[in-house]
Amino acid sequence: MVNRNGSFGRFGLYAAVVLVCVAILAPFGWLIVSSISYRVDLTTVPLKWIPQSLNLQNYREIFAAGSGGVNASLKIGLLNSLVIAGGSTVFCLLAGSLAAYVFSRLHFRGKNATFSFILLTQFMPMIVLIIPIYMIMSRLRLLNTILALVVADCAFTLPLVIWLMLSYFESIPRDLEEVARIDGCSRFGTIFRIIMPLSTPGLAASGIFAFIIAWNEFFSALVLSSTLRSKTISVIISEYSSKVGVDYVAMAAGGVVASLPPVILALVFQKYIVEGLTAGAVKG
Amino acid sequence: MPRASFAKARSSLLEREGVLAFLLLAPAMAVILGVLIFPMVSSLGLSFTDLKLTDPSSGRFTGLANYAAASRDPMLWAAMGRTLTFAVTTVTVETCLGVLIAMLLNQKFRGRAFVRGLVILPWALPYVVNGIMWKWIFDANYGAFNALLSQLGVIGEYKIWLGDPATAMVLVIVANIWKETPVAVILVLAALQSIPKDLYEAAAIDGARRARAFFSITLPMLKPIIVSLLVIKTIWALKEFDLIYIMTKGGPANGTNMFSYYIYQHTFQFLNFGYGSALAYILTILAVGMAVAYMKSLKGGPDVES
Repeated sequence: MVNRNGSFGRFGLYAAVVLVCVAILAPFGWLIVSSISYRVDLTTVPLKWIPQSLNLQNYREIFAAGSGGVNASLKIGLLNSLVIAGGSTVFCLLAGSLAAYVFSRLHFRGKNATFSFILLTQFMPMIVLIIPIYMIMSRLRLLNTILALVVADCAFTLPLVIWLMLSYFESIPRDLEEVARIDGCSRFGTIFRIIMPLSTPGLAASGIFAFIIAWNEFFSALVLSSTLRSKTISVIISEYSSKVGVDYVAMAAGGVVASLPPVILALVFQKYIVEGLTAGAVKG
Repeated sequence: MPRASFAKARSSLLEREGVLAFLLLAPAMAVILGVLIFPMVSSLGLSFTDLKLTDPSSGRFTGLANYAAASRDPMLWAAMGRTLTFAVTTVTVETCLGVLIAMLLNQKFRGRAFVRGLVILPWALPYVVNGIMWKWIFDANYGAFNALLSQLGVIGEYKIWLGDPATAMVLVIVANIWKETPVAVILVLAALQSIPKDLYEAAAIDGARRARAFFSITLPMLKPIIVSLLVIKTIWALKEFDLIYIMTKGGPANGTNMFSYYIYQHTFQFLNFGYGSALAYILTILAVGMAVAYMKSLKGGPDVES
């Protein structure tokens, strides 16, 4: 855009930028500050914004072995979330890439309809699915298991991974596979020797999305889990307000710890996230 | 010749497209069919029964009784009204803010890359953490919002923000806006960056002022992405659950009891699986209906053969 370079214009610009930064950072920043404050400081009125001394007790308890109370459950929730999000990511990348290959390179009757159908599932509200999913898992005796949560996460994330990988595959020229097949490579072989290696950015973007979505997932985890055997960190934190009562510091610390993986992943790999979000959304 | 027999052996089962397609799609479709499609169908069946988990003799086929009851359920209509308020407000504000902030981030300034990166933070935050963060900020006794307002002299004493149905709804809307605006910013920014600069140069040569350029060039070029955002965000707003569960549990006095939470209450608290399924189906028809209409309007839906 054509810029009017008046000093008022620049000042207004930077003021707006600062405002946006503050709006983004302040709420989360306050959560972080709360998590390292002493309860005494947080509960005085008028509030002292900067703690006079740092309280790292909760963080120590979360990451140390053999702690008790809420922070022990938080640690277990953290591990559960890691396993569930990780497992879901791996499965989604594998199954999703293969499915995307089918939609990109193969033909069968009803292909377009199937694809549209898969995309439509993204708009189904969780609540309509969760009731029968609960009943199915109950009948399969999979309630309160890590496997159930992984399967649920996969179902919600697969359409997105298929969509993303499809757009990446479409940008790989088909000649490469044709050359390989003339040289005797099987169709199946071309997938793993040609297409996948060329799609590592797509896999990275899909993987990061899948992980973050699975990590942040709450409702299905809430319904399908009942004990620490399968509760994710999101579920554990949601119980804080009733369980911990008024231990605001522990709650804030739990919130910060739960946020670290997805936030760090998103900040470090932001390029992939932006590419993923805009894939297909902006084109045409 | 070895090559010929090699080729013959290769035209095995895996070379037939149909078979290969089936095999490769199998893992993904197994999960999607099992966890999404089958439950969808099963839900429909459930909605035609009077299943209550508290009543062992329930589960009889009742046809459209649940749907009829839903149309006469005043609490459902109230919940839908609140959902509408929530959806209209959040979607409008998020999209407008998205456009404004994207335009801001499209300007040249120092540290632009850093700020663009920062925008992702609310998106990445888990829904639960977003809920407890805002609940803590608006806490009646020790919340930062109360502290800020009273230290600035705006209010005399601390208010119980989440204790009043109207303000509770406002706060839930604020929390949602904070979390969901980044998506709008990122998408609009990408769209802005794809607008050819020559258009603006030509307009400048023709003497058009910035406001004119905005309305004649920028806005029309942004129309597709803005429409996409409006539709998708509305569907998301209809489904909103996590935030309500964490911040207000539908209260106070049902002030924030929106559609999804109302369904949750009937299913998992009152254990009315039959009625809950019917309600859930109504929501699904709304959400999927909007999605279908939108996809059709994109000229025949997504094209797999490009």
